[in-house]
Amino acid sequence: MEEEVLVKVENISKKFCKSLKRSLWYGMHDIAHEFTGHKGGDELRKDEFWALKDISFELKRGECLGLIGHNGAGKSTLLKTLNGLIKPDKGKITMKGRVCALIELGAGFNPILTGRENIYINASVLGLTKKEIDAKFDDIVDFAEIGEFIDTPFQNYSSGMKIRLGFAVAIQMEPDVLLVDEVLAVGDLGFVIKCLNRISEILPLTATIFVSHNMPMISRICTRIIYFVDGLISFVGNDIPQGIEHYSSSFKIAEMQDQGSGEIQLEEISLRKTVNDQYILHNYIHENGDSLNFLIKLKIKQKTPAFFLSIIIFNQKLIEAVSCFSRENSEQFNSNSDDFSVNLSIPALYLNRGCHTITIVATDAITSKMLCRTTNAISFFVRSKFQGWATCILPGKWEKLTNIEQNGS
Amino acid sequence: MDEVIYTPESQLKNPRVLFKSMYNDLILSRELSWRLFIRDISAKYRQTMLGYVWAFLPPLITTFLWVFLNNQKILNVGKTAIPYPAYVLIGTLLWQVFVDALRAPLEKVTAARSMLAKINFPREAILIAGLGEVVFNFLIRLVLIISVFLFYNIPIQSTILLFPLGIISLMLLGTMIGVILTPIGVLYRDISQAILVITQLWFYITPIVYPVPKEGLGKLVATINPVSPIIIMTRSWLTGTPADAVQPFIYITVGSIFLLFSGWTMYRLALPHLIERMSA
Repeated sequence: MEEEVLVKVENISKKFCKSLKRSLWYGMHDIAHEFTGHKGGDELRKDEFWALKDISFELKRGECLGLIGHNGAGKSTLLKTLNGLIKPDKGKITMKGRVCALIELGAGFNPILTGRENIYINASVLGLTKKEIDAKFDDIVDFAEIGEFIDTPFQNYSSGMKIRLGFAVAIQMEPDVLLVDEVLAVGDLGFVIKCLNRISEILPLTATIFVSHNMPMISRICTRIIYFVDGLISFVGNDIPQGIEHYSSSFKIAEMQDQGSGEIQLEEISLRKTVNDQYILHNYIHENGDSLNFLIKLKIKQKTPAFFLSIIIFNQKLIEAVSCFSRENSEQFNSNSDDFSVNLSIPALYLNRGCHTITIVATDAITSKMLCRTTNAISFFVRSKFQGWATCILPGKWEKLTNIEQNGS
Repeated sequence: MDEVIYTPESQLKNPRVLFKSMYNDLILSRELSWRLFIRDISAKYRQTMLGYVWAFLPPLITTFLWVFLNNQKILNVGKTAIPYPAYVLIGTLLWQVFVDALRAPLEKVTAARSMLAKINFPREAILIAGLGEVVFNFLIRLVLIISVFLFYNIPIQSTILLFPLGIISLMLLGTMIGVILTPIGVLYRDISQAILVITQLWFYITPIVYPVPKEGLGKLVATINPVSPIIIMTRSWLTGTPADAVQPFIYITVGSIFLLFSGWTMYRLALPHLIERMSA
């Protein structure tokens, strides 16, 4: 059965004004034009820019669209237009059914009133009738896990509790179209998983649009993806990993920095998969689980009797994912010449999908002085079949046990 | 299933759809208005010690002031049909109803900025909740009026049945002006400042603490002041004293109803533009 289209966006454009005073003045103009029927909106006036330009797509029930892009790319603006909060300057939007938006949790909450009173207010603002609220009240309180604090003033809640309550109310709606805007960025992991599970439950019945900077989350629940750049659609499709790759590769890698003493300096570092491949300096792509060889060329500025080398691989979240120490094998190096080259081979490197950077460190073997510490020496991209949340995705052998094996024969 | 279409075109091009959706939203906002009203009332005085006393303390103090000035012959306002303190107190309380109704729309919309900018709900709810608060404050002040009646032994006349009409008219007039000022008031903060100053001046050129001047510039001002007939007639119906301003009262009330409807339409059409421009 052909699912019906619930969200239809046709050539939507929206402009904003950069200067406040001018923006207010244009506001007066636009309001006046509502009454004169004069249709403006085609050209950019002074200080205006297009926040959205020519956006078109359709969404059916059961589909989940992920919107990704830099800050200021236009994602939240699109969501506000879909929600009917602001008017588009060009184009047409058609929304069918009940539309609910999780853009701000806790709208309408009053700090002086208790959690219980605030549940009724918030649910009412979101469109639930008293009967519906009464029926769902216990579910809301259970989901929020606020417990005994339900009758204390809202201002005494921690920010985590506030979000729990806000989300607990919002998730009780049974919408046809659900718009979610980065609200899950806060909240502890346990609660976020709970929320995602709930969203997954209602997914088959709704058309969902999900805005986030959290790529694992997008991978987990979205079936389609749109990548925004400066108000334009840069990538649209059902291939979520590809969309995310477009997004990740657009970020500028930080500058190379040396925080060591300078007695040893990094000249060049390049990567290759096996000894049979060519060394690559830029845009290396690594498949999770493959081998990786590093060619590290150093310049010895000051003679050092012995030094250790190590590398640290950082992921996109700037977390140290893996490291490798030459000291582990008691391999210390010394060199009589100015140039020094070493090859590091890792038989199987397991990393999560995304962009990674490498930091090279050289330490004096006797004094432990940091002779060289170059961060962002090189960056490379990792591809893997799945995207998890951890730093690495390891292979493992999963075997079902028979009864005999279970009882420990 | 409901279908909503958003285009850049003005909704006035399709008046029937617009007015139907305005009416629907009004009905839909019933429960929400009530909840918002309860929320604001509960929160307003919860953190105070004196509580609801604050609703009628200011007019009481103003009355004492004017009575003092009149007694000391610092001012001489002339003779009033009922004892002067009662005259002043009732007039001040009625004026307060008007001013509350005038300020409510802009204040409520400004306070609800972040809610308006993030959630789509019937926009009328905010205005109705604000009006509810005006009515609530009036009911508290009614207690004071009843006390004055008992204290001065003012007889209850049959015209008191028209008193609610006068109150409604006051609220209509105030709300109408407030709603019309709201769109520009949200954009430019000058408006709320101006309202403060202008309502203070307006108090003095309305026959609240003095009877209507019989001649001269005072009479002219009192005649063209749209609030005058409403205050005069309402006070007269309440106290049973004679007054002659029924015709202007009717014109102004009817005019208020039409202008209120226009103001409401303007509010609805302007809101999306306001939301994108205002800081939320």
